[in-house]
Amino acid sequence: MNQVGRDIPRLEVRAKVTGRADYTHHLRLPGMLYGKVFRSTVPHGRIRSVDTEAAKALPGVYRVITGEDIKKLIPEPYYGPAFHDQPILALDKVRHVGEPVAVVLASDPHIAEQGVQLISAEYEELPAVYDEVAAMSPDILVHDVLKPAGTFADLKHLKGRGGTNVALDYHLRRGDVEKAMAGADHVIEHTFKTQQCLHLAFEPFVSVAEPGDNRLTIYTANQSPSFVRIEIARLFGWPENRVRVKVPYLGGGFGGKLYIKLEALVAALAMIVRRPVKIALTMEEQFYMITKHATTFRIKSGVGKDGRLVARTCEVYWNGGAYADIGPRVAQKSGFTAAGPYDIDNVSVDSYEIYTNRTPAGALRGFGVPQLVWAYESHTDLIARQLGIDPVEFRRKNLLRDGRPHASGTVLHDAAIPEVFDAVVARMGWDKPFERGSGTLRRGRGIAIGLKAVISPTTSVAIVNISADGSTTAYTGTVDMGQGSDTAYALIVGEVLGISAEEVRVVHSDTDVTPYDMGTLGSRSLYHMGNAMRLAAEDARAKLRALAVEAGLPEGTNYPPSEVFKKRYGMQAGNVIGSASFVPSYKPPDAQTGQSDNVTPFWMVGGAGVEVEVDTETGRVRILRLVNAVDCGKPINAGVVQAQISGAAIMQLGFTLSEAMHLDGGQVTNASLADYKIPGIGDIPPMESEFVAAEQHSGPFGAKGVGESGTFGVSPAIANAIHDAVGVRLMELPITAEAVLRALRAQSGRPLEDE
Amino acid sequence: MTARVINFTLNGEAVSTTIEPHRNLVELLQRFDLLGARESCGQGLCGCCTVLVDGVAVSGCLYFGIWVDGKNVSTVEHLDADGTLSNVQQAFIDCGAFQCGFCTPGFVLMTHQLLKEHPDPSDDDIRHYLAGNLCRCGAYPEIIEAVKRAAER
Repeated sequence: MNQVGRDIPRLEVRAKVTGRADYTHHLRLPGMLYGKVFRSTVPHGRIRSVDTEAAKALPGVYRVITGEDIKKLIPEPYYGPAFHDQPILALDKVRHVGEPVAVVLASDPHIAEQGVQLISAEYEELPAVYDEVAAMSPDILVHDVLKPAGTFADLKHLKGRGGTNVALDYHLRRGDVEKAMAGADHVIEHTFKTQQCLHLAFEPFVSVAEPGDNRLTIYTANQSPSFVRIEIARLFGWPENRVRVKVPYLGGGFGGKLYIKLEALVAALAMIVRRPVKIALTMEEQFYMITKHATTFRIKSGVGKDGRLVARTCEVYWNGGAYADIGPRVAQKSGFTAAGPYDIDNVSVDSYEIYTNRTPAGALRGFGVPQLVWAYESHTDLIARQLGIDPVEFRRKNLLRDGRPHASGTVLHDAAIPEVFDAVVARMGWDKPFERGSGTLRRGRGIAIGLKAVISPTTSVAIVNISADGSTTAYTGTVDMGQGSDTAYALIVGEVLGISAEEVRVVHSDTDVTPYDMGTLGSRSLYHMGNAMRLAAEDARAKLRALAVEAGLPEGTNYPPSEVFKKRYGMQAGNVIGSASFVPSYKPPDAQTGQSDNVTPFWMVGGAGVEVEVDTETGRVRILRLVNAVDCGKPINAGVVQAQISGAAIMQLGFTLSEAMHLDGGQVTNASLADYKIPGIGDIPPMESEFVAAEQHSGPFGAKGVGESGTFGVSPAIANAIHDAVGVRLMELPITAEAVLRALRAQSGRPLEDE
Repeated sequence: MTARVINFTLNGEAVSTTIEPHRNLVELLQRFDLLGARESCGQGLCGCCTVLVDGVAVSGCLYFGIWVDGKNVSTVEHLDADGTLSNVQQAFIDCGAFQCGFCTPGFVLMTHQLLKEHPDPSDDDIRHYLAGNLCRCGAYPEIIEAVKRAAER
């Protein structure tokens, strides 16, 4: 029976509905100490003193550790995937409110927490900068000098650069923008903004480190165990094999639990005290760990009389917060798609990753693309309105199609942009009459479409092991956080080996056992690890056939594996191990122009359509209908795909309508679930999700990733629908009732007073 | 703080333990290796720590352990005590009503309470009862379907 394309429950469902699924959150080890973090209360300052005496004197407190203690163990205690800029505990300076300054260790977490309350610190406060555009000027410097990690060849030139908050500047140039803009019939420019928000996984960040004999085991809620191992080994100056990183299931990730978060801290603490150490954050503390970039995006388009886009310039400013994390990669690897899914001959993109005194920003479901789509699809709608062209017709005229070059210079293949767009338009019934409401309740509709390139080049390695009884185990570094990766790989292996997915045991994320994987991020896993898994299963199948030949079994006959092993080894013994690595081909973009004819192995497409009802008296926006369509190639497990599309759209609904971190003097004033509103069951509109008929020819059985595509179009489709309903344009997220009411009142010449 | 002895019924069995008054119900359950109730938001808003006390759902993060003295406590682990999943659990599986699974025990328990009180729930009933359970993966459409399917059984 075909395995790929079945619609099956995920392998771990029983453990999850019975409450028995394994999360790092639950882990308790004998002799384990709990660490609680003392955090900076100032956004920018030099540390004058940290007084830990009272905490140390508290009965039950085992140790109090500061940055200076860490430095004795690790002379250069700075980490990060792109820049080595983040200290394990603050040294000399603090750069954002909530930055870890000291840790109290105790057997009872309540006592550790009490100890934290007894610590005090004095700072020489420095002026702070929070806004990404303001931070472009070097008046206030967050870091004295840039410290690229050396991992990425294209960041090396930044080493030692000082006098700037720009961690990375990325540029793309295609055609002659100036000339085309000058010759355009219309030149239209807008600036859009997005807010800082966050992942807010319900299993808050948690890591445990357990020192062993000449080694260290880290149990952690993390999406990139291979990176954790490499980075911890680097910090200690150890070979990789002294560090073991184990990740059970994740209680949500969404890009937050990537690279290093608490791992370096628990590792250092465990090595200092020679006991297992656990740090589990509270929901409030998550607001000081990692966030989604706030952005400012200036976009300008030149349009011909015929409604064709002839030129576009994009300036994107990414508010990276106090430490780079993976922000420079977001600015570049998503930045190059800032001109959108349109066929434009003349494009320039300037994308800047900027340090500020906020909580660091990294990857969040879309890796920056939702911020870009918000701007370019709002802009696209405004152009169509200004030109008096129907927004569907305007987009159709300009959409990028397979076989045409993207602004990066890479020719598009297997990107079902028109198909996704048509699916949204058809479901919306765009040509049919639309009830527009009356009185104070007005209705409108909007659409939007976005394009993302998977980050490249990245590597996945997989192992498929057939035991002597014929049972099969697959080993993967992909972290299953509910996206169904274990199940997808079981389907792929089952397909190759001719067994049912339910018979395949999938072992995930234990670096002593599972081979290298770059990370579970950016919708890359199904494609990269899926390809590796398929190749590993084919390798195992070939080796099993060779074993049959060795055993003297006639070629071409289909003996059950168990008989092959018995014949070869005389009893139930031995195994066959297939392995494979997968890294797609790639050409780095030109440093000056950003041009490359092979910038990504696959494209993701996501479109959204919404109908809204706006209450003109209150500004309240009710979503009457939310349609999402994506290109995911040929789905491996259709039910999971549907849930990924709607789940992504619901998350983006929160980022669109309600979620925002509010700052006052660098302090987050709404750092709790009570004050930071995420979507609940009462906020879910009627939804329709669709994957269009498509195929990713280079993907495993025609598939590609789909975890993010449902986010792309949601925000601009809503803004476009509001504009359609009541004629006001929101240029900034989130679109709260207050923001809409302010816009309505400004439009009617009765503006509300500022707060 | 002075620990106190408490006696209560836990998943059908009489148990006794000593606990300090500041520890919450989630911590108390951890002592019995019951990990399905999970503290997440710490404010009683997400529902990840849902536990039934005398048949009524409470937030284990805001409910002191000593309060269960003399009461009947039931956790998600009790639902399949006989080795068979409850209708609600099976419906959640059939509808794919979760992704990461961290919030799932809370949704399952709250759905049990909903169906006990409203065997044939309206959409409003479902939204009302599950308003105190949040799912960051956004599995709400599948959850609503699962609740309806469980009600049909």
